[in-house]
Amino acid sequence: MLHALANPARFLRLMAAIRPWAAGVAVLGLGVGLAWGLLYSPPDYQQGETVRIMYIHVPAAWMGMFIYAAMAVASATALIWRHPVAELVAKASAPAGAAFTLICLITGSLWGKPMWGAWWVWDARLTSMLILFFLYLGYIALWEAFDDPARAGRAAAILALVGAINLPIIKFSVDWWNTMHQPASVLTLEGPKIHPDILWPLLITAIGAKGYYVWLLTVRVRAEILKRQARILRFAAATDRRAG
Amino acid sequence: MTRKRKRLLAVLGLVGGLGIAAALVLSAFNDNLVFFHSPSDIAEKQLPAGRLFRLGGLVEQGSVKKDGLNTDFIVTDLRASIPVRYTGMLPDLFREGQGVVANGRLDAQGRFVATEVLAKHDENYMPPEVAEALKKSGQWHEKAGDHAKLVKPGS
Repeated sequence: MLHALANPARFLRLMAAIRPWAAGVAVLGLGVGLAWGLLYSPPDYQQGETVRIMYIHVPAAWMGMFIYAAMAVASATALIWRHPVAELVAKASAPAGAAFTLICLITGSLWGKPMWGAWWVWDARLTSMLILFFLYLGYIALWEAFDDPARAGRAAAILALVGAINLPIIKFSVDWWNTMHQPASVLTLEGPKIHPDILWPLLITAIGAKGYYVWLLTVRVRAEILKRQARILRFAAATDRRAG
Repeated sequence: MTRKRKRLLAVLGLVGGLGIAAALVLSAFNDNLVFFHSPSDIAEKQLPAGRLFRLGGLVEQGSVKKDGLNTDFIVTDLRASIPVRYTGMLPDLFREGQGVVANGRLDAQGRFVATEVLAKHDENYMPPEVAEALKKSGQWHEKAGDHAKLVKPGS
């Protein structure tokens, strides 16, 4: 499976096959989930209508972490098996992950002011999420810091792996330490602590966001593969000219 | 050993080593990573008056007294409690039984003088009708609003 996908042509065919399905999941999931959540779901007993920020904030937070986990796995695959496409999957993921993390931080801030009384607090959850955002920026910058894509890819992959330590810290920060942020509501040992009328639109939106990420990958990884091939052709042409 | 295997072990070693290092650092700085201290923590630690810190817990039922802009209330974790004085606007969620985090100092009488009060909400989300129904049927405390982390175990 891994070896089959190392062939860029085969990978491109697979991406083309997945693309319309991913687009469908994204449009349906985000459309239905957000419309249901923002317009038709009930208010919360404590927070009233403000709870609707959750339908953006929580899927964005999950995507920020999910995409980083995907990047870490792809980077490990690239480092260990020298898998040429895995590296490009990680590279193509970073801007989307950074964008979702930023959306999470901004909506969290907009939610914190009316509910807690503060735009920002330096508790373990918020701080570790901010670190995740900086990890994304560092990863993107590192790719640009080398002229040789092979060296850039290796350095960036190591950073992605090192930063993966932050993921369990984000998830369990609310259990390990006293935080301003409340403990987990959905992925808990006792099961979700959200009423189904609020949980369903949230989960559907989250699935839509996953579909969007997969769709984005099929577009961006294709672009990265074509860029690599163009670079190889350019070098070959330059060598030919010098030889002739 | 093939080169692939060597790289696999190197990656596993990197992640494992970093995990252990991170765990050691985080447990060493545990006291600085908590966002607030509970009333029992403060009773145990005997903090000197005048030191700035955050106090977190539940607003005790029946303890809120308002006098103009001044609000007096008691923060409790059901084992220990500390009287708090705050001057200023309170967040909307502030009410008796609610989780709060206050930033301030203890004065000479052992009263916590807060310069900022933040309201904490718990991890439960439900429509108001459901909350009403739970309260009516008497299942409220097991199902919701329990603020598990603000209440000391064993209380």
